[in-house]
Amino acid sequence: MPTASSLPEPLLKVRGLTAGYDAGPVLFGIDIDIAPGELIALVGANGAGKSTLLGVLSGLVRATSGTISLAGHDVTNRRPEVLVRNGVAHVPQGRRLFGTMSVEKNLILGAYLRRDREVRDDLGRVLGYFPALKDKLSRDAGTLSGGEQQMVAIGRGMMARPKLLMVDELSLGLAPKVVERLIEVVQQINRDGTALLLVEQDVLVALDVANHAYVLENGRVALSGPAAQVRDDPGVRKAYLGL
Amino acid sequence: MSTAGAPAQLELRGVTKRFGGVAAVDGVNFEIAKGDIVGIIGPNGAGKTTLLNCISGVYHLDGGDIRWEGGSIAGMAPHRIANLGIGRTFQIVKPFGSMTARENVAIGALFGSAQARRGMKQAFALADEVLELVGLKAKADQPVSALTIPDRKRLEVARAVATRPQLLLLDEVMAGLNNVEIDEALEMVRLVHATGVTVLLIEHVMRVIVGVCRRAIVLDSGRVLAEGEPEVVLRDERVIEAYLGERYANRLKSS
Repeated sequence: MPTASSLPEPLLKVRGLTAGYDAGPVLFGIDIDIAPGELIALVGANGAGKSTLLGVLSGLVRATSGTISLAGHDVTNRRPEVLVRNGVAHVPQGRRLFGTMSVEKNLILGAYLRRDREVRDDLGRVLGYFPALKDKLSRDAGTLSGGEQQMVAIGRGMMARPKLLMVDELSLGLAPKVVERLIEVVQQINRDGTALLLVEQDVLVALDVANHAYVLENGRVALSGPAAQVRDDPGVRKAYLGL
Repeated sequence: MSTAGAPAQLELRGVTKRFGGVAAVDGVNFEIAKGDIVGIIGPNGAGKTTLLNCISGVYHLDGGDIRWEGGSIAGMAPHRIANLGIGRTFQIVKPFGSMTARENVAIGALFGSAQARRGMKQAFALADEVLELVGLKAKADQPVSALTIPDRKRLEVARAVATRPQLLLLDEVMAGLNNVEIDEALEMVRLVHATGVTVLLIEHVMRVIVGVCRRAIVLDSGRVLAEGEPEVVLRDERVIEAYLGERYANRLKSS
């Protein structure tokens, strides 16, 4: 299948992935490649399986068949902490912060599995991306505005030092100007070397910033290709952009 | 529907709500005419949901007054305000997950405004009517846990509509929907509005504000920053600066 990855070993390689819940399968034979440093958009209607796919990639949902490999190593159905340790961080839909804990503790928790001495340096780096959080480190995360909470959620993901950062619904419930700012930061994080998988209902925004895109329909990859090409696809324009 | 010269159905005068030392809503004045459809927009933390909570009686005011058809409703309990005909949805939907869509809507029909209160049989009949109106008829007997996100949002609106409100307050019912799903949800709001219900909605999605609202009110730091026709308000430099940002402003200009 055509992908942007011309490198010998993609960062993430998904083949024939099938997964679901008690009620039945949700994903049917998904193939995805993400090269190091890529910015990938994952789009599709509600219920298409986007969040389930992120769940499988972070070890929260079991794959019933197929394989997931990270930098050449098979990580299919490994536990979430193994995946985090191997460089996959998940920023869940709705932020899921610990609301009664401080912003600083929420951020530090992102480095829970790390035993190196550079956690403090990385906290500084994250605050470099989100300077608005600097004077709010001791505030309870639950008292922040929606935009600031999303900054903490992304920052917490970055504290794991991921090779791949997966962000589910960046713009959910956020003011347009805040989304614009967050998208700029996400692009900066990507330019600094972290691959990004962006799930976004504001499809136009996602396709504007991504270099490659996958369209999920009813649990299958219906279309994939360079983001600009996907954006111009008549079916995508009609089904997702409402143009 | 002409609203010129009509007395306001809902009137806010100097409405103020403080949390600790912070005025989340700070002297807000506006009027909503019967049959109007109005959008409230503004940055996160501007006080939009707090304002809705003031109107629906969740919060007591620290200052000002809210008048419904000429009479003050400030300090009234939420269920009494619902009885008067002010229905609302919640940003985080909390349906009864193990019950069917139909049962969830029937609960709305059993409570709410005085016209809505009736027996079980009538409640289910009204639920069926409302489910048809919001486009959930085919899924009436499914448990809520089986519904997709867009359908859960429809259900949230249906529960509020079943209380037979004259004014419906919608808090971000289109968040998390893509453009096509939004267009479908807009059609639902138009249908509800066409039954004669006044609508006041909070949204961050400009497609909604431009697509369905006759008027937009912009809140910033608890105060009204701008108010008027959506097309005019969204071109206001102060609104672009405080809320929209340049990227979206350009998108609107080019569309």
